[in-house]
Amino acid sequence: MAALLEVDRLSVAFPTATPVRELSFAVERGETLAIVGESGSGKSLTALALMRLLPPAGRIASGSVRFGGEDLARLDERAMRRVRGAEIAMVFQEPMTSLNPLKTLGAQIGEALRLHEGLSRRAARARAIELLDLVRIPEPHRRVDDYPHRLSGGMRQRAMIAIAVACGPRLLIADEPTTALDVTIQAQVLALLDRLRAELSMALLLITHDLGVVAQWADRVIVMYAGAKVEEASPHVLFERPLHPYAKGLLAASPRLETTRHYRDGPLTEIPGSIGSAARERGCAFAPRCPEAVSACRAQVPALTFAGEDRLVACPVALHTESREAPSPSIADAISTSSRRGEVRRPVL
Amino acid sequence: MSAISRLAKALRRALLSAVPTALGVVVLSFLLLQLAPGDAADVMAAEAGSATEETMAALRASFGLDLPMLERLLAYLWGLAHFSLGFSPRFNMPVAELIAQRLPGTLALMGVSLALALVIGLALGAVMSAFAGRWPDRALSVVALLFYSIPGFWIGLMLIVLFAVKLGWLPSGGGGAIGSAATGLDGVLDRARYMILPGVSLALFYVAIYARLARAAMLEVKAQDFVRTAAAKGLSPAAVTLGHVLPNALSPIVTMAGLHFGGLMGGAVVVETVYSWPGLGRLSYEAVMSRDFSVLLGVLLLSSLLVMAANVTADLVQAWLDPRLERAS
Amino acid sequence: MSLSETADARSAATVARARALTPQAPADVPPEWSNVHAPDARKAATRSVVRPPDRRRALRAFLRNPNALVGVLLLAGVALAALLAPALFPGDPLAMVGRPVLWPAQNPRFPLGTDRLGRDVLAGLMHGARVSLAIGFAATAFALTTGVAVGAVAGYCGGRIDAALVKLVEIFQAVPGFILLIVLVAIAQPSTLTLVWAIALVSWPQVARLTRAEVRAVRAKEFVEAARSLGYGHGRIIVREILPNALPPIIVTASVMVATAILMESALAFMGLSDPNVVSWGSMIGSGRELLRTAWPLTAIPGLAIVVTVLALNLLGDGLNDALNPRLSAER
Repeated sequence: MAALLEVDRLSVAFPTATPVRELSFAVERGETLAIVGESGSGKSLTALALMRLLPPAGRIASGSVRFGGEDLARLDERAMRRVRGAEIAMVFQEPMTSLNPLKTLGAQIGEALRLHEGLSRRAARARAIELLDLVRIPEPHRRVDDYPHRLSGGMRQRAMIAIAVACGPRLLIADEPTTALDVTIQAQVLALLDRLRAELSMALLLITHDLGVVAQWADRVIVMYAGAKVEEASPHVLFERPLHPYAKGLLAASPRLETTRHYRDGPLTEIPGSIGSAARERGCAFAPRCPEAVSACRAQVPALTFAGEDRLVACPVALHTESREAPSPSIADAISTSSRRGEVRRPVL
Repeated sequence: MSAISRLAKALRRALLSAVPTALGVVVLSFLLLQLAPGDAADVMAAEAGSATEETMAALRASFGLDLPMLERLLAYLWGLAHFSLGFSPRFNMPVAELIAQRLPGTLALMGVSLALALVIGLALGAVMSAFAGRWPDRALSVVALLFYSIPGFWIGLMLIVLFAVKLGWLPSGGGGAIGSAATGLDGVLDRARYMILPGVSLALFYVAIYARLARAAMLEVKAQDFVRTAAAKGLSPAAVTLGHVLPNALSPIVTMAGLHFGGLMGGAVVVETVYSWPGLGRLSYEAVMSRDFSVLLGVLLLSSLLVMAANVTADLVQAWLDPRLERAS
Repeated sequence: MSLSETADARSAATVARARALTPQAPADVPPEWSNVHAPDARKAATRSVVRPPDRRRALRAFLRNPNALVGVLLLAGVALAALLAPALFPGDPLAMVGRPVLWPAQNPRFPLGTDRLGRDVLAGLMHGARVSLAIGFAATAFALTTGVAVGAVAGYCGGRIDAALVKLVEIFQAVPGFILLIVLVAIAQPSTLTLVWAIALVSWPQVARLTRAEVRAVRAKEFVEAARSLGYGHGRIIVREILPNALPPIIVTASVMVATAILMESALAFMGLSDPNVVSWGSMIGSGRELLRTAWPLTAIPGLAIVVTVLALNLLGDGLNDALNPRLSAER
């Protein structure tokens, strides 16, 4: 059976830049796929592109988004509206501003139900109360008539999640769902998302810059840099031995990676430089910041290559180092054989 | 319910601020009355053609005009407390009664104009914000600025030339066919025909204001996160605009509409003289012509109180629209 | 036609702010619903960040704005007409010079025709420009002086002085401006001078409110504290340190106030409340009205002159606003 969502060579273009380039990945039914990367890596735009909610200047330049037998990238707007909120739902980063301040929680949760399931006002309200209970908001009968400003950030994010899961979507996209929340609340909200994923049998596409979140909740993880996927693996494999130099840098810069390790044990490193311009045409986008870059890296964009089962990496240098024990082609050969642009081999799952 | 308590709080706050202002307005209009050259006795004497000093003094005493300033102020306040605004020699009836006769006409005209201005202005603003920066936006911006620059009385006259003189579609003035026996729907339609031109003349300026205001407010609201949330639910652009953008953009416009009441009233004065509309404006015009200051100041005082009432109403509407205002003390 | 609230109307946020700044509300605390404030073109007053005005950048932005340039050109044309009027039409524009009610272009001596008393419409139009501009600019100058003084004192001193002055402004703003204007002019007898001060009297409160808000915003800034710690007097601090920073929104408001003053003057003159010895566009419309059915150009022509002048000033105001408030012009 095909994956729930298959994104194939998706590019998002703005008049002056192409912040997502030839991105491919798949989300299986019921799994949690995490996309990590720093700000500007294109992960949020990817999420918005899947929902076809890009800002007015942006557009899907090429590629396809297969979902339920249809290509969302080519769906007309009316049909797309039937997907949004019903089949694919989204939770945004800022709970404080993502709710309409002038409508009650009940009205905002019920809106999608009345639209997609044709519920009456009364029935939608009843379901809204159930949903508030489902996301563990206390006293749902009272809260259903409350306005958002009466709720804390964590409670608002729970309400956002209730809105998102109202129509039982098959895929929930959560774009930095806990970034704006207190640390203590973060874990609760993530646990809630994970519980709902299991109970409602949806898949979860979790967009985050927090590797701790990835380690704890993701089934698979995609590392994005400058609009492209540079590595894909399961979290434990990635964290045990990252291959791409950017992934290595991210891990080294993350304090929460190994719970046994304390910051006093050694300094956190940072990745020198800043995220490369996505407009640059030639070579690996990470090369200017990469400690392992060789001249060939600046010549051509490295393609994604299998590095073991269920594992992809877009760095021939790392691949070469990885397989040094086994005889392998030279770095230059590796680059030339894997550099046909657009060729992406999907892992067999 | 929290909406009720919100409204009650807003009402209390508004009244606390309005009462001293109202007193100030009363004192101001009293002082202006004292400044006015000549008094009711002079006017009556002039109307009668001749008057002796004795009859003048008798007249003054009968109007209480010979008392010292402070006593006259107290008498004025006492009169106001009894809803008395003095007596108009020119119209030979109490000013309060005179104003009460004319007020409904003016309020009807203002109501129609405000409604027209809000509906058309919001629609134009919505279109402009939807096409922000592109040619429909630019063209409408120029149109709005033009509306903004046209004197209402002049456009009123031009509309008369076009629709009454040249085309003959609408009456050129008045408040309804005299002696018209039409009632019910026909009566309403008949009155509406007389209302269209003055209403449009008065509304045009405010259409421009609300269009600009709505454009800016809607652009600002559209950029907010909750609009994206609404779109992510699968709502159509129209549903997002009507259900989410518009209500949030309305708040500043309501505030402005309350504050425009005074301007509308001033505009109505001039437009009414153009269309011979039987309202406060025509009354003021007639009072100016006959230098009947008691009527003029009565209109001034009453319209100021109406302006304050409109501001309080705008505050209440805002409190009703915006649940967050409950936290404001 | 809004005569009293014209310039106000354009600054919704100023209004919102003025409400937030009434004495009972804590000063400078944005209203709870700050994210829904009305950003009309003229929300200059809500600038929270005080930038040193970059005059050259502002000038360039202004010169690049086609609307503003059109406004400047139109206004220059009107000003030129006003300047040339005594030279081109040395006689009294109110004198009968030809056959009554000539249509435009009917007689080459009177390109715009004559009115019902045989007065030359073109002469009236050009002399009327003098009156309109003079009253508009003079009334604005008086209103600005008073308003800036009151607003600066209220905003700088705070406390009871502020509360009293705010109340005064509120009283003036509760009275419908145009009706007050009618009363004032009717009491004082219409003449050019009384028109000027009466219009100024109904216009200053809005300047006072704007200035007060600006002064309060600037008052707490470091450079003002620095001036205070250097021992400068209050007068010097207000005039030299605070007002220059509050200037851009006041300049923008001023151009709109001139437009409003011209509209008010024309409406008064239309109602017969103008100096009977001076020709005015409003009075030309008023007398043309009597022949509306037969000779409508007598009404249309002076009205167009008003529209052009007011439009020019509004275009100018918009251009100034865009140039002086770069943050807002970015939204356009």
